[in-house]
Amino acid sequence: MGDVLAIAEQRDGKIRPAANEVVTVAAAVAEGLGGTAHALLLGGAGVEENAGDLGNFGAEIVRVGEDPALEGNVPETHAAVIAEVVRSHGYSAVLFAATALGKDLAPRVAALVDAPLASDVTHLETDGGRLVGIRPIYGGKAMARVGFEASPAILSLRPNAFGTNGTRADGRIEPFTAAIPDGVRTRIVDFQVAQSRSVDVSEASAIVSGGRGMKGPENWSLLEDLQSALGPGAALGASRAVVDAGWRPHGEQVGQTGKTVAPKLYFAVGISGAIQHLAGMRTSRTIVAINKDPDAPIFAVADYGIVGDAFEVLPRLTAGIAALRAEG
Amino acid sequence: MILDIIVCVKRVPDTETRVRFSDGATVIEPDGVKYIVSPYDEFALEAALRTSEAGEGGRVTVMTLGDEDSLETLRAGLAAGADAAVLLRVQGAVTMDGLATAKALASELELRKEQLLLFGVKAGDDDQQQVGPMVATLLGRPCASNVTSFEVGEGVIRCDRAVEGGTEVVELDLPAVVTLTKGAFELRYASLKGIMAAKRKPLETKDADLPEGRLTVERLDYPPERAEGRIVGEGVEAVPELVRLLRDEANVL
Repeated sequence: MGDVLAIAEQRDGKIRPAANEVVTVAAAVAEGLGGTAHALLLGGAGVEENAGDLGNFGAEIVRVGEDPALEGNVPETHAAVIAEVVRSHGYSAVLFAATALGKDLAPRVAALVDAPLASDVTHLETDGGRLVGIRPIYGGKAMARVGFEASPAILSLRPNAFGTNGTRADGRIEPFTAAIPDGVRTRIVDFQVAQSRSVDVSEASAIVSGGRGMKGPENWSLLEDLQSALGPGAALGASRAVVDAGWRPHGEQVGQTGKTVAPKLYFAVGISGAIQHLAGMRTSRTIVAINKDPDAPIFAVADYGIVGDAFEVLPRLTAGIAALRAEG
Repeated sequence: MILDIIVCVKRVPDTETRVRFSDGATVIEPDGVKYIVSPYDEFALEAALRTSEAGEGGRVTVMTLGDEDSLETLRAGLAAGADAAVLLRVQGAVTMDGLATAKALASELELRKEQLLLFGVKAGDDDQQQVGPMVATLLGRPCASNVTSFEVGEGVIRCDRAVEGGTEVVELDLPAVVTLTKGAFELRYASLKGIMAAKRKPLETKDADLPEGRLTVERLDYPPERAEGRIVGEGVEAVPELVRLLRDEANVL
């Protein structure tokens, strides 16, 4: 007992960065629980090739289920296989990444093994042999410290909240024959790649967000220019007001009914700072606000502010950052 | 095809509300909090109403698990156009344990004949994002989560799911469970006529069978305060200093 299972997410056979983070956390908490960390990797033909890497992050055993039915991440199928592994090995905790797939799989597995689930956990520790998690609620306006009254504890971990530690030995790979459930009634029929040329706002290292102060969707090129100057890890964000107005897609919305983000660098341009927006971005490392109104609430959470017209400030800022990056 | 639909909704604090709680508390202070239908549940309700209007007039029922205060949440659903409402009444509070909630809902839903169950992807209070897929699993039905739009076909529902880097298109056999996020379904305003009509629509109250929560909140804390920032300056003249600070002080460029 005390063993912890990390569910390693892959897409098209490639292990996602969030998987390494989940394994790293599993290794840390397994130590506190007096057990070892294992990883579970499911996929189609060839998925085993990258499995050993998970050992570097602390998985002593990497269980690999390879089956054509596991290609394409059909959640109904994956959940059944994961639940079977959890039941047969008696894990104390099961960790998922809180990605779109992880947040879909974890509740199904919790229901199948009849165990409590804490979602989108941002901090996890062991306290006298028991697990304690911290998770944001009310869109980030409060942090709840949670405990588990049943075993296994199921958790999904917010990507980038923990970091990785990849300095250990290779894990022992243990292939197994996955029991594929019959009569699956879910079919993935297509994947449409987003039009946007950038990374997803939830995975970006820098975000340039625009609000009503941008006056109209035709002015977004100013924000795109700043995004380009910041490099390939940068994404565009938006306030709820401009998404509701139809200027920008919902996928870019930052805040309580959009995405919660924590990039290294966050620019809020023409965003006044409604409470539900602040809740979604306040854990960013450095926040820059550009706004005409010196009394805008956004300045209360910003590390650096410029009071002024975004249409004048943005081109100069873009040029300044581009010049700096060109210097290298 | 006539498709009857159930929409599960939750009463939550308004997203514009400032939440307050005292030291060591495990729940927020209810005083002065305005409550609303969870925004994601509104997308689910609109999706149900439009599906009903586009098809052959399937019946839309709103259901919630909660105390008597949740009646106003159900009335809001009826006013927007739902045909009937069910309150699964609990004594005391619904906890953060999504599986306990899912079990209480599933024990009622398994007795009913509706082919499509819609949920908001998550509730605007606990942000757990659990109950829809849990109910689907307990009932043995297929489920698509985080859906922005869908189309109903003969015995199937085709859903667009928002995932990292794009849209996944998933087809489920009916009966099915779908959880909605922001996308194609912005809830209409309730008309005065709708609000009046809501008073004559069936609203049933049943006692819920809610198991004890096994995920316990030990304490609430406020998020860490940010160190006080500064106004670098006004207008374009401030830009060179901002760039310098981002490079030398914040180390983010």
